[in-house]
Amino acid sequence: MNIKIINLLITGIGETFYMVVASTVISYILGIPLGVLVYATDKNGICQNSFVNRIVGLVINLVRSVPFLILLVAILPFTRAIVGTTIGSSASVVPLVVAATPFVARMVEASLKEVNHGVVEAAQAMGSTGWQIISKVLVPEAKPSLLVGMTIAFTTILGYSAMAGFVGGGGLGAIAVNYGYYRYQTKVMLITVALLVLIVQIFQEGGLKLASYIDKRIKR
Amino acid sequence: MIRLVDVSKEFKTKDTKIKAADRINLEIKDGEIFGIIGFSGAGKSTLVRCINLLERPTEGKVYLDDLELTSASKKELLKARRNIGMIFQQFNLLEQKSVIENICYPLLISGVRKKEALTRARQMLELVELTEKENSYPSQLSGGQKQRVAIARALATNPKYLLCDEATSALDPLTTRNILELLETINKKLGVTIVVITHELKVVEQICDRVAVMSNGKIEEEGKVEEIFLSPKSETGRKLVLPDSNSGAAPTRDYLRIVFDGQSSFEPVFANLISELGIKLNILGANTEDIGGKAYGQLLIERPDESNVKKVRDYLDKTKVSFEEVFVSKEVISA
Ligand SMILES: Nc1ncnc2c1ncn2[C@@H]1O[C@H](COP(=O)(O)OP(=O)(O)OP(=O)(O)O)[C@@H](O)[C@H]1O
Ligand SMILES: [Mg+2]
Repeated sequence: MNIKIINLLITGIGETFYMVVASTVISYILGIPLGVLVYATDKNGICQNSFVNRIVGLVINLVRSVPFLILLVAILPFTRAIVGTTIGSSASVVPLVVAATPFVARMVEASLKEVNHGVVEAAQAMGSTGWQIISKVLVPEAKPSLLVGMTIAFTTILGYSAMAGFVGGGGLGAIAVNYGYYRYQTKVMLITVALLVLIVQIFQEGGLKLASYIDKRIKR
Repeated sequence: MIRLVDVSKEFKTKDTKIKAADRINLEIKDGEIFGIIGFSGAGKSTLVRCINLLERPTEGKVYLDDLELTSASKKELLKARRNIGMIFQQFNLLEQKSVIENICYPLLISGVRKKEALTRARQMLELVELTEKENSYPSQLSGGQKQRVAIARALATNPKYLLCDEATSALDPLTTRNILELLETINKKLGVTIVVITHELKVVEQICDRVAVMSNGKIEEEGKVEEIFLSPKSETGRKLVLPDSNSGAAPTRDYLRIVFDGQSSFEPVFANLISELGIKLNILGANTEDIGGKAYGQLLIERPDESNVKKVRDYLDKTKVSFEEVFVSKEVISA
């Protein structure tokens, strides 16, 4: 295997990391408030509002039901408006964020739902405001579960990012497509697949370990 | 003072309506320990949650001192809640926070500075005798210790009232007694008015001044603990106090119920009775407990013939021991 391919793979890893990390971070910045909103406005939630709850829930479900590859193509004009191009890693971040945010919102909602309702009630009885319950009770209590959710989101986004390689995105996905699919260089493709598996493993393991490390419910 | 005026709470489920609290009128005086007792599903939790408006009554008014909570603004309500501590059967501690952080929580949310909150939290830990657990997490504590932390947390903001919803129901008898003693100390030393919800008679016996008996969302009777324990008038009251006739533990013959409600346990009341009157008495059942040198509970003896009943009656009256004659045959007919 020549130096050129090795350099290519190294750049690929870098681009993949950039895309996936940036997309995960941005979709969490958007997804956490969205998840909290859905949780809090649900019936029996801390600020019930069935109108807001339905609208947000509907939008989340709508975006989630569009297959990623179709979403990717459908929002090309939007992508161009934001990053100025539709090719390369930065351009991939846009559809990745759009696809991942509703997913993240649902993960956050599920994590918050796991928090024992009695604890929320105790906080209410102590005279906490809605915001205090969210920021000082719900999110800190759900932290380990949120972290587990984040590792799942990360691997899902990694999978999506490889698909983005098909339509001009960068990273390992693009290398696998260009060399394995168009040029029949099976070896290169296999190496990229192995690298993807490795990245998933590292993040999955690391995320779960960290989650259980910070979880104070586990006796040590 | 906590005052409930015609408070009702109706739950609507898909096809039915449940009146969990039904036109409740109640006045809890400052400084007392007030019990609410009843069987499961009676509506006790619902009622106590109406006091701090965790559950908003569908009808009626709730007053805390002079403030009508049911029409108070959101801000007033939050402030009032800081004056009403609450503890629960399942403790409800923040599991990702340490003991000291849990106790600091109510202080921090009410704007106390971190350093002062810490000092205050440490004082509270001392009160509940858990100073060595400051940095432990709830998962590392026993049930009794968790409830102590919950009590410290509930009292950190120096509230005037404390609501306890089945606070000892998840604990063993010895731990229950310790927690009840702690609650009593808090009432006596800090002057906190306490509302105790329970389905256990012995909890009421041990610490309450007054008690309300609840069933089907209604208060069936209300009064001093001694009165209700001596002669329960309502059906639920009798079920709670008298031996359970469904379990087969109840006598099938007429009997006398001798009630111990805090006499010195060092005095052998029953032995004296027998030796002094010189009559043979048959014990049908007994359920007594020695709490801090005082006897609580009851002793059931078979009803002797009429002349001896009179002797027993006179003797017990003379020694100021309360008793009640229970006619099983009559009860069966009336039931
Ligand atoms: N959120 C709710 N929705 C519908 N019904 C409810 C709700 N909360 C309570 N109930 C009903 O109200 C009645 C009284 O319940 P509550 O919890 O107040 O009883 P309790 O006396 O505290 O019983 P326990 O001793 O078992 O705790 C029950 O029939 C219960 O099913
Ligand atoms: Mg209850």
